[in-house]
Amino acid sequence: MTNSASDKMTEKTNAAPAQPVSMMAVLAPAVGWLIPGAGHMMQKRWIRGVLLFVSIMTMFLLGLAMQGRIYKANGGDILDILGFIGDFGAGGMYILTLANDWGQGAIAFATADYGTKFMIVAGLLNFIAIADAYHIAIGKKQ
Amino acid sequence: MGKNSEPDVGRRASGVSQNLFVEIGSVTITLNHFSAAAVFALFASIVFGITHRETTRDMVRYGLYCFAMFLGGVLVAGWAMWVLRK
Repeated sequence: MTNSASDKMTEKTNAAPAQPVSMMAVLAPAVGWLIPGAGHMMQKRWIRGVLLFVSIMTMFLLGLAMQGRIYKANGGDILDILGFIGDFGAGGMYILTLANDWGQGAIAFATADYGTKFMIVAGLLNFIAIADAYHIAIGKKQ
Repeated sequence: MGKNSEPDVGRRASGVSQNLFVEIGSVTITLNHFSAAAVFALFASIVFGITHRETTRDMVRYGLYCFAMFLGGVLVAGWAMWVLRK
């Protein structure tokens, strides 16, 4: 009991001091949201950035090409709101899609349903990529 | 996988495409269930591998592991549904 308490104290004292938020810690996630993988590329993780860009963009574009439906903010239904949160993660592609009126397919056949899910998952994967870019920026990850 | 002539349900460009945006908006691709699952598994595994591990070797190994789990899950679920249906 005493040992574990002292271990915790040692852990606390050995923990790295909180660093001030750097410009990169703000910019990398923001740019990474707008362009998938760009948050990694601007931190010179070129290969990772390109792979993330290709993976997320391809998934989103495949979703569009499969006549998937894009969700909007004022969906009303809770499932529509969740779909919007997923789509929103795609950042620049989501904005471009709305601006060009793409992604208006009705989910009337299986392929369109797959497409809708592809776009949502692309957005969710971009959220993970954004978090990773942030962790690199604050030095938590190499 | 390929272009097809499924019924238009979205806003499709008619006639010759005028620009790149119209071209992108009018492309239609059809994937069967397994192809869609395989493509999904591939790209999700790449992102998982990169974001969940530190070293390049671990990233590759974890990506391959995720890909195998995704596809294995699809096959197991497919056979399970086939058994249940019988």
